[in-house]
Amino acid sequence: MNWAGLYTVLSGVNRHSTAIGRIWLSVIFIFRIMVLVVAAESVWGDEKSAFTCNTQQPGCNSVCYDHFFPISHIRLWALQLILVTTPALLVAMHVAYQQHQEKKLLVLTGHADPKHMEEVKKHKMRISGSLWWTYVCSVVFRLLFEAVFMYIFYMLYPGYQMVRLVKCEAYPCPNTVDCFISRPTEKTIFTVFMLVTSSICIILNMAELVYLVVRACARRGQHNSNPTSAKGSFYGHKLSSEYKQNEINQLLTEQDGSFKDMLRRNPGLQEKGDRCSAC
Amino acid sequence: MDWGALHTILGGVNKHSTSIGKIWLTVLFIFRIMILVVAAERVWGDEQDDFICNTLQPGCKNVCYDHFFPISHIRLWALQLIFVSTPALLVAMHVAYRRHEKKRQFRKGDQKCEYKDIEEIRRQRFRIEGSLWWTYTSSIFFRLVFEAVFMYAFYFMYDGFRMPRLMKCNAWPCPNTVDCFVSRPTEKTVFTIFMIAVSSICILLNVAELCYLLTKFFLRRSKKSGNTKQHPNHENKEETKQNEMNELISDSCQNTVIGFSS
Repeated sequence: MNWAGLYTVLSGVNRHSTAIGRIWLSVIFIFRIMVLVVAAESVWGDEKSAFTCNTQQPGCNSVCYDHFFPISHIRLWALQLILVTTPALLVAMHVAYQQHQEKKLLVLTGHADPKHMEEVKKHKMRISGSLWWTYVCSVVFRLLFEAVFMYIFYMLYPGYQMVRLVKCEAYPCPNTVDCFISRPTEKTIFTVFMLVTSSICIILNMAELVYLVVRACARRGQHNSNPTSAKGSFYGHKLSSEYKQNEINQLLTEQDGSFKDMLRRNPGLQEKGDRCSAC
Repeated sequence: MDWGALHTILGGVNKHSTSIGKIWLTVLFIFRIMILVVAAERVWGDEQDDFICNTLQPGCKNVCYDHFFPISHIRLWALQLIFVSTPALLVAMHVAYRRHEKKRQFRKGDQKCEYKDIEEIRRQRFRIEGSLWWTYTSSIFFRLVFEAVFMYAFYFMYDGFRMPRLMKCNAWPCPNTVDCFVSRPTEKTVFTIFMIAVSSICILLNVAELCYLLTKFFLRRSKKSGNTKQHPNHENKEETKQNEMNELISDSCQNTVIGFSS
């Protein structure tokens, strides 16, 4: 499991994201993960071996390095990227659950042929109902993780500039000792670069949140002005194609009583969230 | 996520590029990215370890290295290649958006839509016209800007493209002035010149592609305005020409008969 594995997992989620979500994912993979792997890791590669202190005292080098770099920038960024990309898996799990429900519905209504099952797997889910809430939660978590890591970064390394020289007096160093960091300017450049891309990602996430909220309110406004459309769209939410919509409506009218009984006996088939106001 | 993944992402864009765009992409991947990964990274691999200063003063080497190499050539090139290849994603996003619209039309059962199935929409290659032309042209323009900016940054940081063998350093804590020696300077100069040359070729290809797109645009525009002027009499002109040809043929036949008979 490496970054390529994460890419494979998250590309699947991409299909059910908004346009801003897809841009965010591209920025993450190209400007953050790729830059980390291809460039930044080699800059920090010799951070400990080239960390030189002006002393011959054994152990002083290690102690001073540990004192000034409790966790390396590279590891912090790797953790940040993993935590920031994983809320998207909530959405993937919800989509999988909805697809499973649709398949069950197809089986119950007698449309369990391979073609319809494939259609369920392939069609893009609308971000409405409970999926909307899951999606919004995932965006909020992303924002939270980004902010938390940027704060941790600032706490551990006040200011974002990497200094050339640090003065260390931890035991066993005799008195105060000058220690020199390797490639400080290059490290500063990459730190600023990663910070800027992190800010861009935060802005994209906020824009996506605003877009989702505005869309939900617009849809709510449409629903209020068109109350009759709400009934017809109950199954339209689950099965997006019109053909399936018609079929289900037909079945409802033909076997009205028995179908409603079946739904009452299996409450799990109903999407409670569909009745939610954020539709 | 590495250069291979970038190649996969950009390979998809290739289908909708012009021929010059496809050549540019090939030059980028084979002569720049591949050379960077396969050769240049090894040359610069020991750049700090083998950067030796004529002093025993601890820290002097680190400080001098940092002073003369604020950002390594390899990292600059890697950033340049990432920035230069990403405008193509604008085109990919535009194409994906168009495909999405066509699929929506198809699903609604729009009679204007001429596709037989969704697979055909997925496989279709879009012509570079209309809004896609503007996106494509913008992406080429951004590529040019990024290439130029990075070449300037390179020249500015390293005062020309040659790697000197010896650098004189007097940054603290080095005592007085100290001689520092760079590892593999000639090999580094060779690769620097090579990468600059290929970068210039890429700039030329981008400029050529831009000119080609502009020429195509103006030609199409003039054809359209020419066609609208001709269009009302177009069919009549064809008939008149055909009539003239028929007359000429019948005249020449008569002459031939007369000629033979005389």
